[in-house]
Amino acid sequence: MAKVPVQFTLNGSEKAEFIDSGTTLLNALRDKIGDTSPKGGCHQGTCGACSVIIDGELRLSCLTLAETCNRAAITTTSGLAEGGVLHPLQRAFLDTFATQCGFCTPGMIMAAKVLLDHTPDPSRDEVVEALSGNICRCTGYEPIIQAVLTAARANSQNAA
Amino acid sequence: MALALQTFPTVKDANAALQTAGTRYLGGGTLVIRAANEGDVSVSGLVRSTDPALSAIAIAGGKVRIGASVSMAAIARHPDLGALAKAARAVGGPAIRNMATVGGNLFAPAPYGDFAVALLALDATVGTEDGELPIEIFLAKRDGSRAIVTAVSFTLPKDDSFRFLKVSRVKPKGVSVLSIAAVLERVADGTVSSARIALGCMADRPVRAKAAEKALLGKSLDRDGIAAALAAVTEGIAPITDPIASAWYRAEVLPVHLGRLLLS
Ligand SMILES: Cc1cc2nc3c(=O)[nH]c(=O)nc-3n(C[C@H](O)[C@H](O)[C@H](O)COP(=O)(O)OP(=O)(O)OC[C@H]3O[C@@H](n4cnc5c(N)ncnc54)[C@H](O)[C@@H]3O)c2cc1C
Ligand code: FES
Ligand code: FES
Repeated sequence: MAKVPVQFTLNGSEKAEFIDSGTTLLNALRDKIGDTSPKGGCHQGTCGACSVIIDGELRLSCLTLAETCNRAAITTTSGLAEGGVLHPLQRAFLDTFATQCGFCTPGMIMAAKVLLDHTPDPSRDEVVEALSGNICRCTGYEPIIQAVLTAARANSQNAA
Repeated sequence: MALALQTFPTVKDANAALQTAGTRYLGGGTLVIRAANEGDVSVSGLVRSTDPALSAIAIAGGKVRIGASVSMAAIARHPDLGALAKAARAVGGPAIRNMATVGGNLFAPAPYGDFAVALLALDATVGTEDGELPIEIFLAKRDGSRAIVTAVSFTLPKDDSFRFLKVSRVKPKGVSVLSIAAVLERVADGTVSSARIALGCMADRPVRAKAAEKALLGKSLDRDGIAAALAAVTEGIAPITDPIASAWYRAEVLPVHLGRLLLS
């Protein structure tokens, strides 16, 4: 299999790798780079557990080839905490018991982050819409929706 | 299974590479990478082109040209394509919409292809390096197509003439039970002067409801006026059966939803 060079920033750090052509971004991140925060749930685009942010847009890393991300800026959940302090979304997921097995959590947090980046004070419907590509088998969704709304409120209080 | 990808700056070179057996074009990858992840061995290589024209939306004099690589999300947020936003937003959840391209949607088998249903109602043309084809002919022949689609073009519908409805069981982003798009022109007294109606999930690909279109001509969009169209809409359909709905169910509810769309 041909190796191709790929360079991108991952959570602000420069990465330069040779990867097998055709490798998905999910596999490149987890197996090659060692960022295991995106999870492989279905590999079919249906569960959202592998969601990452590429150049500001939510994408599914299981359906994205790593080599198409050359020069992109990629954010994963492992890049959110700063200096050991959890991101408000991570804090809110803990505080509202929005995570049980935790498998869906990184994808949920990425989907929620894109929403809050563009819509800091979303309605409940906007949260539901933003999370509609993500499946959780444990929490019944309500705590997750509450976590995103809680994080949004925390953000707006910080900004005030 | 890993699939080698070849990237070309021009569509011409990508087209040449696509002629190799087992090679598929890579749009957003939401269907083709999924197939590879599922172990589909009919795909042995991928080709794409980074030609910027493939990612452009051009609107001039009421004519729209959307490059094949434009995503559903880009269409949904375009200020001049508000009429089509509902159809673009009907495709998957937010991440899928960021990835799913117009070109790929033309090839998506039912229950997918919701945006292609809209394009069929709009009487779009589908462009390749060899020229343009009416979408109806393109869709009929798509299985044997080996050429890269470069763009779709259509006339921007007049205010209120375009209607779109996707019916799904899971809201807000479930897969289609069916989808319907209609372009309805009316004269001053409100009667229909021209109608194009396209249906999703009523065959393996989007199809026109020609009998229903004909039955609407000269009629007003009220219960009596649309009755003949509702009776005719199931003519010639062969709905799909999948885990979402049976062919029988889809055929039963089609007139109900067409009625709602026409009266809305
Ligand atoms: C979880 C999930 C939910 C989905 N929900 C919906 C939905 O609600 N509605 C819907 O309509 N679809 C849905 N889809 C299907 C799919 O995402 C869309 O149909 C999308 O528009 C396909 O485009 P793509 O660019 O991702 O296609 P790709 O996967 O890149 O390509 C699909 C096929 O088209 C060919 N192709 C792509 N672009 C071109 C081109 N320019 N020229 C020639 N051939 C080309 C490819 O070779 C391939 O054979 C869903 C998919 C998933 C995984
Ligand atoms: S692993 Fe990517 S969507 Fe499920
Ligand atoms: S917490 Fe287990 S799948 Fe969501």
